[in-house]
Amino acid sequence: MIPEQLAYDLQQRVKDAVTHREAAIDVLKELQRHYGWLTDEALAEAAQLLGLSTLQVEELATFYEMIYRRPVGRTVIHACDSISCWSMGGEPLLRHLEKILEVETGSTTADNAITLLPCSCLGNCGDAPALMIGEHLYGRVTPERAVAIIEQLRLGMPTKTTS
Amino acid sequence: MTQILLRQDHTGQCLSFGQYCDAGGFEALRTALGGMSPNDVQQAVIDSGLRGRGGAGFPTGKKWSFVPRNLPGPRYLICNCDEMEPGTYKDRVLLEQNPHILIEGMALTCYALGVEHAFIFVRRGYEQAAANLRTAIGAAKQAGFLGSDILGSGFSLQLDIHQSAGRYICGEETALINALEGIRANPRVKPPFPAVKGLWGQPTVVNNVETLANIPAIIAHGPTWWKGLAATPEAAGTKLFCISGHVRNTECFELPLGTPLGKIIDGPCGGMRPGSTFKACIPGGASTPYFTREHWGVAMDFDPVAKAGSRLGTGGIIVFDQNTCMVAATLNLTRFYARESCGWCTPCREGLPFLVHTLEKIEQGLGTESDPDILREHVHALNYAFCALAPGAMGPVEGLLRLFEDELREHITKGRCPFGD
Repeated sequence: MIPEQLAYDLQQRVKDAVTHREAAIDVLKELQRHYGWLTDEALAEAAQLLGLSTLQVEELATFYEMIYRRPVGRTVIHACDSISCWSMGGEPLLRHLEKILEVETGSTTADNAITLLPCSCLGNCGDAPALMIGEHLYGRVTPERAVAIIEQLRLGMPTKTTS
Repeated sequence: MTQILLRQDHTGQCLSFGQYCDAGGFEALRTALGGMSPNDVQQAVIDSGLRGRGGAGFPTGKKWSFVPRNLPGPRYLICNCDEMEPGTYKDRVLLEQNPHILIEGMALTCYALGVEHAFIFVRRGYEQAAANLRTAIGAAKQAGFLGSDILGSGFSLQLDIHQSAGRYICGEETALINALEGIRANPRVKPPFPAVKGLWGQPTVVNNVETLANIPAIIAHGPTWWKGLAATPEAAGTKLFCISGHVRNTECFELPLGTPLGKIIDGPCGGMRPGSTFKACIPGGASTPYFTREHWGVAMDFDPVAKAGSRLGTGGIIVFDQNTCMVAATLNLTRFYARESCGWCTPCREGLPFLVHTLEKIEQGLGTESDPDILREHVHALNYAFCALAPGAMGPVEGLLRLFEDELREHITKGRCPFGD
């Protein structure tokens, strides 16, 4: 169940949209923010809010890179693997992240803190290699900076987004 | 050299609404609403020679002219800020510096088209750009440049932001319209084109951020002045070039359209980084065929780049040095397209993973003599896909075959990548 305030906010968002469906991505994102990932329960709630079938919502939920239909850790690190980052050491950086997090790309650390995912171009190509953590873009991420960023994440501290 | 798009305040921060207005911002909107008809605005854009900055380079005024003005019901304008073409980040830089210019450009465009409700479709990851836009929309509304009866002209405009959740195909205009409607973002069949039947079945224009941001200067200074900002008589206006890869300065530069490639790399890019020599570049974002040293003098404008065998695309230049394996680079690019294929049509859904498999084999030293021909057949066959994604994906593969066939064959004859792992 979602809190009353969130339900009310989402109902307002749906009501203000030109058609209910236009609000679908906002609704999915907010429910994901609440649950951490888009659970089956969240999917059903979204369908009800939007006046759609769960299948129609599933069609959307499985389409987007940043909607998680499987459990993720408290923080998700998206590591760009597109051409500009690739040319500036994106692949070694991803291997390094796997090593220091002790996970394979696509999985979550044992303490459920961090999920490591590859992603398509983040539009931070001038500051390659790039990561997106939460809603923040990180650029020029050297292996040393990656260690520092993860240490600070684990301590729940704010991190610097550029070198 | 005149810059009209990129502007920062003295601390390098986002321009405030007040700073934008003090520098002449929203004067073009005043001029248009004060004494120009919607047709006058459209004619100025036609006369300027402005071509779309999102990749295809279609003449903007002509695109506007396809919108029928006599159909009942609303018309829509959508600003395409789903900037997901690898190597492209110009729209983000522009909106992080100067969101107001886009709002003024959209207001002018909506006035020209008779649009009263417009959307900005922002990709996932551009949260700062979206936040800047929200602030800028609030300020413009308060100052009377958005909302109802703008500057007492009777023209009204509601401007909303739609934030997406990350998928390259949403940049294709019909897929974008589906995404905005909350439908799975497969592309739609064309015709009917969006100009006739787009968002919610109504006439719709989809323009890129940079395209719309150029409108205020065209109206404020006139189409002739604006056209003259280019480096050649054939080109028109300035262009945002966003640079990545092995040069010293990997930044976004606003330069005269038609500036030669070599002048961009040796000039604002500061040349190659220490230890690197130029081998090749992608001239206009991930879907454009490679350029090599022989293209050093090509004017970076739509037609000259096309004549030289590539596309100006988004203006995202990705530079590779002597240690870059072009098979590996092409493999990386093809993997991106295979992942981002929406799966709607067979050539794209099945063809791209097969190409990834073939390129992987070659890169691992397991390629066979027939593989280059297999690649060539696919470059041809994938043109029959439903939308432009798969033909775009073939840009780098075609470039690899045309410019680097020796390097490709060396992988096969030696049974390994000549550049090591």
